[in-house]
Amino acid sequence: MSAHAEAHEHHGPPPIHYSSRVSPSVLGMFLFIGSEIMLFGAFFTVYFFDRVVNKPFGGHWPPDGFHRPVFVAGINTLILVTSSATMHWADTSIKKGNRAGMQAGLVLTLCLGTTFLITQVIEYHRIGFATKDTSFASTFFGLTGLHGAHVFVGLTILLVMTIRAFRGHFSPEHHHGVEIGGIYWHFVDVMWIVVYVTVYLL
Amino acid sequence: MRNPFRSEADAFRFVWLTIGYFALIFVGSLINVWVGVAVFVVVTVVALWWLLKRGEREAPVKQTPAASPPGEYRILVVANETVGGPELLSEIRERSAGRGAKVLVVCPALNSPLRHWVSDEDDARAFAQARLDQSLASMRAAAVDASGEIGDGDPIQAIEDAVRTFRPDELIISTHPAGRSHWLERGVVEKARERFDLPVTHVVVDLDQS
Repeated sequence: MSAHAEAHEHHGPPPIHYSSRVSPSVLGMFLFIGSEIMLFGAFFTVYFFDRVVNKPFGGHWPPDGFHRPVFVAGINTLILVTSSATMHWADTSIKKGNRAGMQAGLVLTLCLGTTFLITQVIEYHRIGFATKDTSFASTFFGLTGLHGAHVFVGLTILLVMTIRAFRGHFSPEHHHGVEIGGIYWHFVDVMWIVVYVTVYLL
Repeated sequence: MRNPFRSEADAFRFVWLTIGYFALIFVGSLINVWVGVAVFVVVTVVALWWLLKRGEREAPVKQTPAASPPGEYRILVVANETVGGPELLSEIRERSAGRGAKVLVVCPALNSPLRHWVSDEDDARAFAQARLDQSLASMRAAAVDASGEIGDGDPIQAIEDAVRTFRPDELIISTHPAGRSHWLERGVVEKARERFDLPVTHVVVDLDQS
């Protein structure tokens, strides 16, 4: 029987076609990053539009009366970059079979990420303006809040990874959970660097 | 271009590259807004150029297929227009004789770049299927245990797909003679030898002589 005839006699869903030219995991990560870039891109577009449109009238950015917590956000940036290093330590540790190193790395990453998020929440309370106070305030809270939501998702993933690590999951051969979680965490870190430079420094 | 988020280690490296990238732009902007813009443009162009060039330099990862089931010998044949060639049939018969070998013939659905980009693959797959059906009929007539499928238009991708699912012990690639074969011009046989940890036999089928 020819392959053609076999295909005609096949019942149910069609067989998987593998010719997408990239492996499914890479394609999935591309699509995910693409969607995230579009999401953040939309927020950045609003931010820069607001900045370009409003700056010529007032002459200052941010508008008079608004103060961005550059120093505290800078400390927070250091915390997040350090958490990327501890995440990398956790991943390389499990690849080498060092379970204690992985557990320590994950716990440290979780602590640093939580510190970042708590600091951001405290800063929101002390910042002196709210979302309703001009379009600058709206875009500021929109961008940093969007990133904060990503940190929260990252922390949830990290918590699951840490619990699994202490329950004996992962090995040098099987550590996909740490690898994928780590990629997400680094992505969150990269996005913060972009947010920090564009919103706080430039 | 290589995906910077392919692995955790790559993503971690990307974090540091991002820091360096934005640090340069920030330092430029401290001098003057237009210096910052210029630094942004230059660094972006350099970064893209480097990423693209790095992708070209990278050697493919050698793939070792999983072992075929015990007591079974599997031959993967990749051919398109030459799939019905007598030289190929003779090679397959010779290699499978006395081994009870299973043969999978993969016919890449060759398509024009324009049709590929607009996902118009129906005709290409139909032509490949017709050639495959004809070829499978002659192989079965020659008592070869053969099955077949249509593969990706890129022969290397088609081989990779089949290697993952069929787990062959050896690979036969059939092409037109040099000078008339696009696959030879594109170095398909060399790339297959480079990428797959399998014995690769190259069969030349001259359809004008057949």
